[in-house]
Amino acid sequence: MTSFDAIVIGGGHNGLTAAATLAKSGRKVLLLEAAGELGGAARTEEFAPGFRVSTAHLLNRLHPEVVRTLELEKHGLVLPKGQLAPSIALSRDGKPLTLHGAYGESLSGASAPEAAAWQELRAQLLRYAGILKPLLTRRPPDLGNMSLMEISAFAMTGLSLRRLGKEDMRDFLRMLLMNVSDVADEHQEDDRLKGLLAFDATLGSHLGPRSPTSLLGLYYRLAGEIGAQPGAQALPAGGMGAVVAAIERAAKAAGVSIRTEAPVAKILVEKGRSVGVVLASGEEIRARTVVSGINPRSTFLDLVGTREIDTGFVRRIKNIRMKGDAAKLHLALDRPPEFLGVDAAGHRGRLVIAPSADHVERAFNPAKYGEFSPEPVMEITLPSLADPTLAPDGACVVSAVVQYAPYALKEGWEAGKPKFLAAIMARLELFAPGVGKLVRHAELLTPADIEARYRMPGGHWHHGELQADQMLMSRPALGAAGYDTPVDGLFLCGAGSHPGGGISGVPGLNAARRIIEMRG
Amino acid sequence: MSKTAAKPLAEQAIVQAAHSPAQLHFRTLRVDTPFQPRIDALMKTNDWYDWGGYRAPASLWDEELEYFAIRSQAALFDISPMVKYRIEGPDAESFLNRLTLRDVAKLKPGRVHYTAWCDDAGHVLDDGTLFRLTETRFRLCCQERHLPWLLDSAIGFNVTVTEETEAIAALALQGPTSFAILREAGFAGVERLKIFDLAEFPHDGGSVVISRTGFTGDLGYELFVPADLALSLWDRLWQAGELRGIRAIGYTALNRARLEAGLIVANADFVTAEHAIRADRLRMPDEIGLGFMVDLEKGHFNGRRVIAQARSKDTLQHVLVGLEIEGNIPAEHAIVYHRQKKEVGLVSAAIWSPMAKRNIALASLQRPYGDTATDDLWVEIYAMRELKYERLMKRAKVVARPFIKLDRRTASPPAEF
Repeated sequence: MTSFDAIVIGGGHNGLTAAATLAKSGRKVLLLEAAGELGGAARTEEFAPGFRVSTAHLLNRLHPEVVRTLELEKHGLVLPKGQLAPSIALSRDGKPLTLHGAYGESLSGASAPEAAAWQELRAQLLRYAGILKPLLTRRPPDLGNMSLMEISAFAMTGLSLRRLGKEDMRDFLRMLLMNVSDVADEHQEDDRLKGLLAFDATLGSHLGPRSPTSLLGLYYRLAGEIGAQPGAQALPAGGMGAVVAAIERAAKAAGVSIRTEAPVAKILVEKGRSVGVVLASGEEIRARTVVSGINPRSTFLDLVGTREIDTGFVRRIKNIRMKGDAAKLHLALDRPPEFLGVDAAGHRGRLVIAPSADHVERAFNPAKYGEFSPEPVMEITLPSLADPTLAPDGACVVSAVVQYAPYALKEGWEAGKPKFLAAIMARLELFAPGVGKLVRHAELLTPADIEARYRMPGGHWHHGELQADQMLMSRPALGAAGYDTPVDGLFLCGAGSHPGGGISGVPGLNAARRIIEMRG
Repeated sequence: MSKTAAKPLAEQAIVQAAHSPAQLHFRTLRVDTPFQPRIDALMKTNDWYDWGGYRAPASLWDEELEYFAIRSQAALFDISPMVKYRIEGPDAESFLNRLTLRDVAKLKPGRVHYTAWCDDAGHVLDDGTLFRLTETRFRLCCQERHLPWLLDSAIGFNVTVTEETEAIAALALQGPTSFAILREAGFAGVERLKIFDLAEFPHDGGSVVISRTGFTGDLGYELFVPADLALSLWDRLWQAGELRGIRAIGYTALNRARLEAGLIVANADFVTAEHAIRADRLRMPDEIGLGFMVDLEKGHFNGRRVIAQARSKDTLQHVLVGLEIEGNIPAEHAIVYHRQKKEVGLVSAAIWSPMAKRNIALASLQRPYGDTATDDLWVEIYAMRELKYERLMKRAKVVARPFIKLDRRTASPPAEF
């Protein structure tokens, strides 16, 4: 029997990244995936005969250090540097606003003063997101126990703050915990633009644009980049599955052994140290290091078990807020839909239905009380336009992230799902008249479905709300924020850890670096 | 009395609709125990104190004689205010093993052990006694309230935790004639109880759990009954004890006996983790003499990681020791010095021990003093003598606890006296 130095649980893109990085350091690594296919929510799957789609549909934050460390371009990753997808803020009157290039390097459909104001705001937002960016690839500060290296790294963040100049630094600090709606109101007039910013800042979190700290979500979004272009986004050729495939090839080339359909039932702990895993089949596999790329709550409460960890830590893990608010809609259409006033290039971009910040706020309101938005907001892509292999000839795939769909819907999702689907289709019809008649098949994944399909508790793609109180040294919880955990030899490497979710690979990379540093 | 004096709280009209009866608890500032009618009838000194919200006697008639009742007769002490939890279920043993320091698998049904529990940082939350009533049913007795901690500790275990402080009344019967009284009272088979044994006995249509335990270092028992059987149990003991010198006692007397026995009291000799405000007041088991409980071999328990680390890295800060101090002036709350100069700790409890005929104390010292450095220790006693402090610097010697050891405590079968 082969013996392994490290076992990675979960073959999502972060688990794969951690496994590949560890294997490149010379470790013998086994990666275990519960499903039949790797990639988690980034895998590309058939949802109707001949139609394929990934739940994660936009590439906007795959980290350059991950690309470089794993040599992903050598392993078949095609970074669509030249073909950035525009963002189109749809409008019912057929006059959308388009953000071209990397997050609106230029605008079309806006007045000249509005466009000028936007250039200023955009530059400011990117400047401030750039200050936070170095924190992403760093281990969160361990307040009690910082090494000289770590302290100096944080001092560097302070330094780049100083380089901003006094006035800019003051504004950075003033805005840090503001809500996105107030910030947008300070600079912009155009409801379409403000609606788009409001939508982007709150996407994937339980916040409305007027909720305090909602601007952080936009910073997180803008800290992502493609090919050194901050804020850029693209539809990956072959779907997100192609990105996963490149990481998988890198992992295999580094010598990672991969087993699918191998769900882990238990992490073995002996005298406070993890010593391996037991599969659902009963098979026991031992290794010096166990790395969990799955949800932190599942990791500790289900796999490790409360017997092996302390009560206070259990409390903190249980208190992680992770009830998702985003649903995912997949439509198989007879032919591509036509969105009002959107040109061919626009249809290959990201189409956003969020008519105003107020509209987003109103969509959020019912979610606070366990009801879905009667007029939901959404971002839509048509992946088959960029990659025709995703749909039969002439047909089209629609992929939309829709908010707000609270995980704990009061009436229950069994009753609520058809109603919510009808509400979404009604909205789509307003912006793309006739789309309803083209639908060959519709698949709506509520947070409950996402939870079941991808083993994401709460159906939350960040594996824990990405808000100020669950960031940095509080992510996922005190005691496990530095990738190492209270159980010796057990590490976390998923989106539940710093910096958070999205297809970035950063938690996986950071975790692997920590393990190597600790000689785990 | 002034005309405008407010009515006593209890007589004020209360807006009932908005409150459940439980919400009105604050209108009775000190509640009574089920034994209160008997204690009130015996109370001569009106010397009450607050024990966890209960009206409890500090003394009833004479604290000196009450102490001697413990040592030469039989003393009856109401321990109903002690916090009690019922812990039951198939996972009760593993739940308690994760919660507490000692190995509960070694505690057989019908046995009791003294234990303690810690938070994640290895700081002691409380100490107490754990009674194993059956394979799957336990009673945990302690000083402070812990229900939220116990319930959160039960996550992932098939176990129920119930607060039963009010539902269960309890008495300590301590002293040389305590066994004879129980036998006289007709508890057949009570002679079979060895130290730390417990058994159930019929009483007044129900039953009473009697354990050979106590807080005095003497021969003695503790008795637990449902609250509605409390008074008949008191009467049964009182009657049986009439010719055996049974006396009701208060805490002052008990406190002397426990100090002679070298036993510590939470929030008197150490500050429990949830009460401590200052970071340097927190204590690990090894720092309050409870290191013997820590079982690093039994599997995981709360605080294990930090306790093991503190031991291996030798970062323990404090030590709790027994002191014998020259002279006969109790050194209560005196500062402990090394070479009469360097302040190294504080006495938390001290008496002149009538049994040991020594001046004894418990003290918390800063390591290495009291641990590896035990020479040249002194206590500074300020004795108030007619409005003037006499400052005494007395030599102190670290000595083993308990300060007294009575063979009758553990003798089996117990002696009659």
